[in-house]
Amino acid sequence: MSTHSDQQLLTNYRANLKKEKRIVVYWQLLILISFFVIWEVTSHYYLIDPLIFSSPSRIIQLLIERFVDGSIFMHVQITLFETILGFVIGTLLGVVFASILWTSIRIAKVLDPYLVILNAMPKVALGPIIIVALGPGYVSIITMGAIISVIITTIVVYSAFNEVDPNFSKVLRSFGATRWQCFKEAIFPATLPTIISTLKVNVGLSWVGVIVGEFLVSKQGLGYLIIYGFQVFDFTLVMSSLLLIAIIAAIMYKLVEKMEKWLIKHTV
Amino acid sequence: MSFLTLENVSHLYFSKQNYTKALSNISFSVKEGEFISILGPSGCGKTTILSVIAGIIQQTKGKVHLKGKPLDQSTMAIGYMLQQDYLFPWKTIIDNVLLGPKITKQNDEELKQKAIDLLETVGLEDVALKYPDSLSGGMRQRVALVRTLITNPEILLLDEPFSALDYMTKLTLEDLVFALLRDYQKTAILVTHDIAEAISMSDRLIIMDTNPGTIAQIIEIPIELRNERPFLVRRHPKYQKIFDKVWHELNKYEQNFDQKGSV
Ligand SMILES: Nc1ncnc2c1ncn2[C@@H]1O[C@H](COP(=O)(O)OP(=O)(O)OP(=O)(O)O)[C@@H](O)[C@H]1O
Ligand SMILES: [Mg+2]
Repeated sequence: MSTHSDQQLLTNYRANLKKEKRIVVYWQLLILISFFVIWEVTSHYYLIDPLIFSSPSRIIQLLIERFVDGSIFMHVQITLFETILGFVIGTLLGVVFASILWTSIRIAKVLDPYLVILNAMPKVALGPIIIVALGPGYVSIITMGAIISVIITTIVVYSAFNEVDPNFSKVLRSFGATRWQCFKEAIFPATLPTIISTLKVNVGLSWVGVIVGEFLVSKQGLGYLIIYGFQVFDFTLVMSSLLLIAIIAAIMYKLVEKMEKWLIKHTV
Repeated sequence: MSFLTLENVSHLYFSKQNYTKALSNISFSVKEGEFISILGPSGCGKTTILSVIAGIIQQTKGKVHLKGKPLDQSTMAIGYMLQQDYLFPWKTIIDNVLLGPKITKQNDEELKQKAIDLLETVGLEDVALKYPDSLSGGMRQRVALVRTLITNPEILLLDEPFSALDYMTKLTLEDLVFALLRDYQKTAILVTHDIAEAISMSDRLIIMDTNPGTIAQIIEIPIELRNERPFLVRRHPKYQKIFDKVWHELNKYEQNFDQKGSV
């Protein structure tokens, strides 16, 4: 008898959850729609300067044009390519550096102040030097996307290596494991969740590096479109690029988050 | 020739401000096939002794010999079961058990079967593919025991291996481990807080004093009790007398033992 009423409670609970979720989505949509409507209306009646703030209708018109003639794809592609490569390289290099630090406590101690300085330094300030050194092309931009996350990844992952309970290594050493085997069997797998969670942070950082890189190199990509639009005072172009970046970055973040969940499930 | 000898072993743990003298002039030897138990108050250095013998920490002073060879030159397989189970949470039970063979690069089906058989012997069926966090504390401890046994070590170092078990399982496992060691003439050192367990499994007891850790006394178990199964030792007419003696000795060296119990 009681299982029946328990079942009823569960159904009620679920219904409540659903209702709550629906209310949240309503509000989210409401905010989104009012944002664009207010933008459109204020711009239409010159309450804000349409030259600077453009308007949703113009942005959509421009995006449709650029999508139809295909010219926008190249820019999106380039920026995406640079960002993905930047954050993957940044993360991988960070993990490799952290592993090198782990092999010798002395190296880690010696390098510690340099890591602190490099970490404190705003990496995008290195942009001009990188471009001069590597040439004004996508290599420089990818480097900027990577360099911005590599130091912080190194620091985070290295300290995670050190927080692994030493008794796991003890167990392994009682079987005669070498230091490398301890790393492979205990230190690395125990740290994997931390490494994976840096991916999510790094994808955001990488966008910063890549967009600034494109500002500086000024050849192609969404960052270039922004700076170009700024120079010719075409703020509809600037706003369109911003909108595209916001959408793509959000999608990318969600994908990395999904990947993270998958990785945690399948590797740990 | 004795199997294992410790000669004036001392160990200090250093920290920036201070040091702890965990062991001071520990000397004893163990014959092949002998079963030794170490009893003593918490913090007297029992775990430290086992870690030194396992070669995981290097003693500050003194010598350790295994079969006449200095420890660092010995290639003998040592089975060390830590005080906590330390099962790797990201590995399945079977992979945890096969960790030792993996490290020494001997992976075959035969060992896998042996692992499953051993798990069954300690009362764990159908856990091979589960992960450690779905097991109870007592089950995990048994898995850790199997992980230690699978490498077929010549000497076993057991740090409170039965502490998380219920009384019935504990008695069964005591009998099991005792029989395994007897059959294969294995040497073992057991650290425990449980006097009954120490008496019923061992040939000799080492009683330690603390601050710094020293050997207070070595008690021989009467020959009649040594060859009995642990379960039966507890009912032997001579058992109570030796229990009282150990109890008396321990009380001399530790005030807080009865509060701590067999944690
Ligand atoms: N890694 C360490 N660093 C510093 N001091 C330590 C360390 N390990 C142990 N000690 C100290 O050395 C002494 C002996 O410790 P040990 O773990 O060997 O005791 P134990 O007899 O095993 O105690 P218990 O019965 O509680 O397990 C204790 O005073 C402890 O505080
Ligand atoms: Mg201990």
